Amino acid sequence: MSESLHIRPYLRLSGLEPLVVRPDTNFVNVGERTNVTGSKKFARLVRENKYEEALSVARQQVENGAQVLDVNMDDALLDGVLAMTTFLNLVQSEPDIAKIPVMIDSSKFEIIEAGLKCVQGKCIVNSISMKEGEAKFIEQAIICQSYGASVIVMAFDEKGQADTKDRKVEICHRAYKILTEQVGYDPQDIIFDPNIFAVATGLEEHNNYGVDFIEATREIKQLMPLTKVSGGVSNLSFSFRGNDHVREAMHSVFLFHAIKAGMDMGIVNAGQLVVYDEIEPGLRELCEDVILNRNNDNNEATEKLIAFAETIKAKGKENIKDESWREASVEERLKHSLVNGITDYIDTDTEEARLKYPKPLDVIEGPLMDGMNVVGDLFGSGKMFLPQVVKSARVMKKSVAVLTPYIEAEKEKRKQAHLAAGTENVEGAGAAKVLLATVKGDVHDIGKNIVGVVLGCNGYDIIDLGVMVPADKILDTAEKEKVDIVGLSGLITPSLDEMVHVAHEMKRRNMKQPLLIGGATTSRMHTAVKIAPQYDNGVLHILDASRSVTAVSTLLSKEKKTLLKKTHQEYDDLRTQFLNKNKKELIPYSEAVITKEYFDWKKYQPVKPAVDGVKVLKGYDLATIARYIDWGPFFIAWEMPGHYPEVLTDKIFGAEATKLYNDAQKLVQTIVDEKWFSADGVIGFWPAATNNADTITLQTDKGEVKLESLRQQLKKAVGQPSYSLADFICPAELGSDYMGSFAVTIQGAKKYIDKFAAEHDDYNKILVQVLADRFVEAFAECLHEKVRKEYWGYEKNEALSNEQLIKEEYNGIRPAPGYPACPDHTEKLKLFDLLDAVNNIDIELTESLAMNPPASVCGWYFAHPNSHYFGLGKIAKDQLEDYAKRKGMSIEEAEKWMRPVLE
Amino acid sequence: MKTIQDCLKERILIIDGAMGTMIQRHKLQEADYRGERFRDWHCDVKGNNDLLCITQPEIIIGIHKEYLDAGADIIETNTFSSTSIAMADYQMQSLAHELNVAAAKCAREAIKRSGKQAWVAGAIGPLNKTLSLSPDVNNPGFRAVTFDEVVDAYYEQVNGLVEGGVDILLVETIFDTLNAKAAIFAIKKYFRDTKKEALPIMISGTITDASGRTLSGQTLEAFYTSVMHAKPLSIGLNCALGAKEMRPHIEELSQIASCYVSAYPNAGLPNAMGEYDEHPEETAHYLEDWAKEGWVNIVGGCCGTTPDHIKHIAEEVKNIAPRQLPVVEKELA
Repeated sequence: MSESLHIRPYLRLSGLEPLVVRPDTNFVNVGERTNVTGSKKFARLVRENKYEEALSVARQQVENGAQVLDVNMDDALLDGVLAMTTFLNLVQSEPDIAKIPVMIDSSKFEIIEAGLKCVQGKCIVNSISMKEGEAKFIEQAIICQSYGASVIVMAFDEKGQADTKDRKVEICHRAYKILTEQVGYDPQDIIFDPNIFAVATGLEEHNNYGVDFIEATREIKQLMPLTKVSGGVSNLSFSFRGNDHVREAMHSVFLFHAIKAGMDMGIVNAGQLVVYDEIEPGLRELCEDVILNRNNDNNEATEKLIAFAETIKAKGKENIKDESWREASVEERLKHSLVNGITDYIDTDTEEARLKYPKPLDVIEGPLMDGMNVVGDLFGSGKMFLPQVVKSARVMKKSVAVLTPYIEAEKEKRKQAHLAAGTENVEGAGAAKVLLATVKGDVHDIGKNIVGVVLGCNGYDIIDLGVMVPADKILDTAEKEKVDIVGLSGLITPSLDEMVHVAHEMKRRNMKQPLLIGGATTSRMHTAVKIAPQYDNGVLHILDASRSVTAVSTLLSKEKKTLLKKTHQEYDDLRTQFLNKNKKELIPYSEAVITKEYFDWKKYQPVKPAVDGVKVLKGYDLATIARYIDWGPFFIAWEMPGHYPEVLTDKIFGAEATKLYNDAQKLVQTIVDEKWFSADGVIGFWPAATNNADTITLQTDKGEVKLESLRQQLKKAVGQPSYSLADFICPAELGSDYMGSFAVTIQGAKKYIDKFAAEHDDYNKILVQVLADRFVEAFAECLHEKVRKEYWGYEKNEALSNEQLIKEEYNGIRPAPGYPACPDHTEKLKLFDLLDAVNNIDIELTESLAMNPPASVCGWYFAHPNSHYFGLGKIAKDQLEDYAKRKGMSIEEAEKWMRPVLE
Repeated sequence: MKTIQDCLKERILIIDGAMGTMIQRHKLQEADYRGERFRDWHCDVKGNNDLLCITQPEIIIGIHKEYLDAGADIIETNTFSSTSIAMADYQMQSLAHELNVAAAKCAREAIKRSGKQAWVAGAIGPLNKTLSLSPDVNNPGFRAVTFDEVVDAYYEQVNGLVEGGVDILLVETIFDTLNAKAAIFAIKKYFRDTKKEALPIMISGTITDASGRTLSGQTLEAFYTSVMHAKPLSIGLNCALGAKEMRPHIEELSQIASCYVSAYPNAGLPNAMGEYDEHPEETAHYLEDWAKEGWVNIVGGCCGTTPDHIKHIAEEVKNIAPRQLPVVEKELA
């Protein structure tokens, strides 16, 4: 061995993966939303025992860049020990979350200890202190050490919480000596929290609190260089509650100085922090004065900041528009426009740059790409969110559009020159190319468009083949254009098979490009089990647009092999897991039919629908429909998961969500006022009866129509019925019953989508697409209510709020063919025939039975108050055979359509 | 007499090989396992290898002796499953303490008979119930056992091992780090409670497959970080993999460990019949390579290895310098 190995005294933590805090490590973000005292949503989920959803809060934290997860269950209404244990045990089963270390946060030591008993990684305890004396402190420290945890020591002693610099340093140093000399703690495992208190409260004795913390930090780090300093930052600006603009600026200024003084980590809203340099100088100066307690005699600085805050409140955010950036150089202005998504000046600025640079292409490769790199970095580090990035892309596209004619002209000039000189014309290879397509039979492309925009922003050349693209066309184009990566998207289940087919074809053609899989219906598991085995040169499932950038950039780097190898291994494991897990027991179909769900039909009095047969409703009032919009899925489409309206005040992306919401509201108003859309629907009702098994027979004026249902076969606990939609209709021998169906669509969106696309305005294009989807869903909801109250009329007196409607608190259901209760898309053909939806409201069905326009919904109406949604789960061969026979299909064809639910 | 710490500075120490493989060679029957004392035990005990420390001590002493003669410096007590939790399989929970005392005594006796200097490592196994994983796929938050129950079981085992006279406590075959943390917790608590001088701890984890992670999902560095607080004499890997597959992980460990590094792989991967058939020379050859790279301080064998493997390993590493302890800095560079 040559040189001896040196091990540095760094703070080392671990979840499933290690986290080492080195001197050059940036400020460590501690995710704070899994804290019942800080997040109302999380508190509610835990209180209501909705741990699955509570986990998603943790997952979001990780996805948004938290490096440590703070978990706090200190709520008077909770059994803290139980809640901490339950939640942390669940976290351990989620590798995406468990990969980062946990900070166990409680003021009750028994809860801390309960948490330590659940986590295999090295945790941080938050916190212990000497407030109950040295003996207790030592006892607790020894216990923490026995679990191998690092500890946060709060600057708190028998006399109380330290507020001055001297007290903070003195207490921390005393604690340090005890921990290192008596308990045997390694100094690097000690983290101090020297208490961040609110400043600018109006009380003069509070004015120096910021300085006290910062100076204490500096001294602590000098005195005890291996220790770390942490703190909860939001306390600082407590006096400015409700004024996020000022608060964010204060946090930023405070952290700027505290980090310089040696603060290592903190519980902060990293996503909401404004960049120190980007705070308007006036406000920054005021914050600096307040935090550093300068020019603050008689609360002067405080008064000024309060006065400033008032003006913001009075004027509203709109009016604090700062135009000073217009003074900067053209490069800076372009960057500013890109980062902030401002299109107002882009044409003139681009023109100015074009004249300044030798070649128009230099503008793209110079200032524009520089600006987009900043956007890419901010997005990559969680400091920008999807809607902002899409706006940036819009600016980019507009600028490029200005330059394109000049670039083309130059190309032409060169070509002519080459022709004249008789030399060969070879244009540079340019950026890496990514081909994107929604597969054959599928018309959904919102997600794909977002991926295209995000990748475009990162400098890739995107070839978007649009929707319903056959495999041959995708692969021919990929070969002809020599693309570097192929990306497939799809939303409906038959698209999964088509993706398998594309992968298979890629192998047959001996292609080399990696294949990316994305879209709502796709999953890592399906990709691993079905698609990846078809193609050897790399198949990757991409969860959302934000992941596409890292995946693509890695695939184009020398890390490609490592990533593919790692993914290959992961997918192998998933396949094994799937094969092992999937051995769920199914019961024979005949048995499932016997254990059907029985309603007390004798007590049920079916209501004869007021509408007899089919009714067409064209040009339904858009203003009425707009009131039924469920905004939750709208934000999900923009990759801002969370409940509406809480998402608007989300600590991380609330501000952006609010902007997006305001834009959407404006657009909805325009759509309604200018009648951009036409909402068309058709409904129908018929006498119905079942055969006591899975066939429902409708009496129509054209004779009998038999609808076929599928029944759950998963073995359940004794007494649990095997569900089928047929159980919700009265068997023929027990009486009469009715059933209905509907199809609704939004016509007219395409015109505006195309218009915005032509204007290079992806932001508004995607907004229109997402809103068309929301409108059609709202239309279905609105119409369903009208059906219950009037057209069928089985709930004439129903009075529910929109929220209750979204939560489906009404009687009856409207399941859609192709969705969990009735996954067979081919029943849609019967539904369309019954309603003559093709002629009545102009919806087409593709070969995969997707509806076009994509903003269309159809489904069945069941009225029985006990009818409910369910997921079919897997079915066995015996049911498939029976079903094929009932439908008059060959087994092969039935298998093709039923594949997602087959064992 | 040199201490183990002295010897570790000077040379690579040898830890013994498989106990189970050697017991199998004796082709013991139910009656042999039961011995006189448990003739009328109410359930079958065949396969309870740890019980042999009480019922067939001569066989166990004999195996230890074979390993010592082959060159082992450290021998492991036959206590892989000697906890009240694991013994529940044979309804022998109440014997846990006694088994550990007996096993430590067997090992001590073997060293006495061999006449050489060697150390007894009290083997603390991983348990058949885990703290980080749910046995019920439909209920990921469920745990079959609590941290406190695991601590109690290990505490009892540690008590027995120390009473029987072991020199080292070896927490081994760790596939769930939280179980290991409970063992460390129990060990620390035991020495705090009894005020006895704390014995050195050896820690040995198990990487289960090519992903380079433990069964409970941790990367090697995360695993090491999670058990560092034990301030172990050595950290290492054993079981699950053969030397060939273990190589990159031992290399990584040697780069991050501030203590000594141990490695005792299986005799290759099991063949189609579930048997280990790597030849002693082959295993020894791999370990010689690691030694030459300067990665290891303690080497030996796990499943499928025999005194013959240990003999070859001891021969091959005899003249190779051990890994140097890294410099553990007390100040930031």
